[in-house]
Amino acid sequence: MKKIKCALIGSGNIGTDLLYKLQRSDILEPVWMVGIDPDSEGLARARELGIKTTADGIDGLIPHIEADEIKIAFDATSAYVHAENSAKVNEKGVLMIDLTPAAIGPFCVPPVNLSQLNSDIKNVNMVTCGGQATIPMVAAVSRVQPVEYGEIVATVSSKSVGPGTRQNIDEFTRTTSGAVEEVGGAKKGKAIIIINPAEPPLLMRDTIHCLTETTPDQEAITESVLQMISEVQKYVPGYKLKNGPVFDGRKVSIFLEVEGLGDYLPKYAGNLDIMTASAARTAEMFAQQMLDNTQPDSQN
Amino acid sequence: MDLKNKKVTLHDMSLRDGMHAKQHQISLDEMVSIATGLDQAGIPLIEVTHGDGLGGSSLNYGFPAHTDEEYLSAVIPKMTQAKVSALLIPGIGTVDHLKMAYDHGVSTIRVATHCTEADVSQQHISAARKMGLDTVGFLMMGHMISPEELVAQAKLMESYGANCIYCTDSAGYMLPDDVKARIGLFRSELHKDTEIGFHGHHNLGMSIPNSLAALEMGASRIDGSVAGLGAGAGNTPLEVFTAVLDRMGANHGIDLYKIMDVAEDLVTPMMDQPIRIDRNSLTLGYAGVYSSFLLFAERAEKKYGVPARDILLELGRLKTVGGQEDMIDDTAMTMAKALKAGKA
Repeated sequence: MKKIKCALIGSGNIGTDLLYKLQRSDILEPVWMVGIDPDSEGLARARELGIKTTADGIDGLIPHIEADEIKIAFDATSAYVHAENSAKVNEKGVLMIDLTPAAIGPFCVPPVNLSQLNSDIKNVNMVTCGGQATIPMVAAVSRVQPVEYGEIVATVSSKSVGPGTRQNIDEFTRTTSGAVEEVGGAKKGKAIIIINPAEPPLLMRDTIHCLTETTPDQEAITESVLQMISEVQKYVPGYKLKNGPVFDGRKVSIFLEVEGLGDYLPKYAGNLDIMTASAARTAEMFAQQMLDNTQPDSQN
Repeated sequence: MDLKNKKVTLHDMSLRDGMHAKQHQISLDEMVSIATGLDQAGIPLIEVTHGDGLGGSSLNYGFPAHTDEEYLSAVIPKMTQAKVSALLIPGIGTVDHLKMAYDHGVSTIRVATHCTEADVSQQHISAARKMGLDTVGFLMMGHMISPEELVAQAKLMESYGANCIYCTDSAGYMLPDDVKARIGLFRSELHKDTEIGFHGHHNLGMSIPNSLAALEMGASRIDGSVAGLGAGAGNTPLEVFTAVLDRMGANHGIDLYKIMDVAEDLVTPMMDQPIRIDRNSLTLGYAGVYSSFLLFAERAEKKYGVPARDILLELGRLKTVGGQEDMIDDTAMTMAKALKAGKA
């Protein structure tokens, strides 16, 4: 079966984990990995896996896009350089899937709004790890009844938080709280991130609090939450409800644990796994549309 | 110990750390009257915000009676000599909050991180420094790592532009020798112009000896709180510490009778519960758990029937850090389920 060819920009932990996931895909084929350090471990590992690499950044990739039929690029670098990367690949007609918190394109949280995204968009943003883990729960409550206020607390292990996130942790809180509103459906959103250095590293923990406008319909919300959890489990099997939903007046609280698949990143880094898994799932949907559109004239 | 004529800057916490003990419900009138009393007593620096710092207003930590803007704009214009500081915990508050506090006239920003995570404070410390603020790096739960590891984190904050670094005993776990080792290393390894501070909690009854130990090793700023109003068994009680400093001949600049009166006439009457070492706050100090977990654990005991002391011990075993208040209900529910399964 024909696959859609992809490029990965960023050869760090996220890029490498994503590479493993793309290699398992039935419809995506990773072809290029872009880095900036010729001696980087990530690029060396990619070469071993038969992937073409460049250490010249985005400009090392651009001349090959047409010849290698790249249709989708993933950016796992940083918010600071994302806009430039995106503009350069878009110019070549390539769809950009943004794993940085730059958020220049629409947000995508797959079980909530993937099917509503317009097929002609050129940039889609994966929010943040905390957003991917928690926004499905906010949406699970807000699809039952209006949510006046949604708040998420993401606790992640110190080892799973890279230098990019650390230098700009405000970007995390702003982007996530924005998406709690825009995608999660809360009228007002707030996001908190806590980094815990415990050894052995803790699994990602997430708490979601919603204030509903009227008395919460406990039965309907519980059912909606459980159903949404099984949707997320389709691409993140380690996504688990620890406690709740707990109801206290108009407050609904949900307590989660997210264990990663352990592709390249360790299992405790469920926060990174849910990002790469969501990005791969988003790309697959667009790839399927691309294949459907090209099928009539590619039947030879 | 010779503290004769040593200059000590006392920093009051009753209107910030004290917010934990009041579930963030201190009224504007109470804030203003206490701050005014402290100003008149000669306290040079007073911290005002939500207990969890700027932007702390949340379901997770509690919605406050008033916004940070309201508190700051009520208190700051009333001060004659005292300056006002604000706490900022990256991950909870952002540079936007910092700018708001600056616009409202705070003189000092204290950027707080868990003791191992100083590198998340770079954007906030450098922004505060660029605004010309007195900029403090505040390393919380400092008992959890060795003095050598802690000083490495202190150096990061110093490199981002902090002009003062705190060793913070958020759990009230440290003993005087723990404080001496940390502050001593700060003093020998940090730049000589960098000030050093200590923030204590009274959970093991050590807040005053620990604060003295910090001064002995070179700290010059000490946090405390009138009548001890603060999380857990409270902060270093400022009126008591002032009396001790006075006996030792230190240069503290505080009117002892006036600060005693603020403690007795204003702060103690507004306490919702006595701030003292009971079995639960003692457990915080004993197990090394973040002091503001206390009231959350006591509420979880009522809700889920698991003793607060057991919940706190478990949170210590899980190595939770400041800010993980959501883990308290979560852990209590998990423990309640296990108890139920054990009985069945």
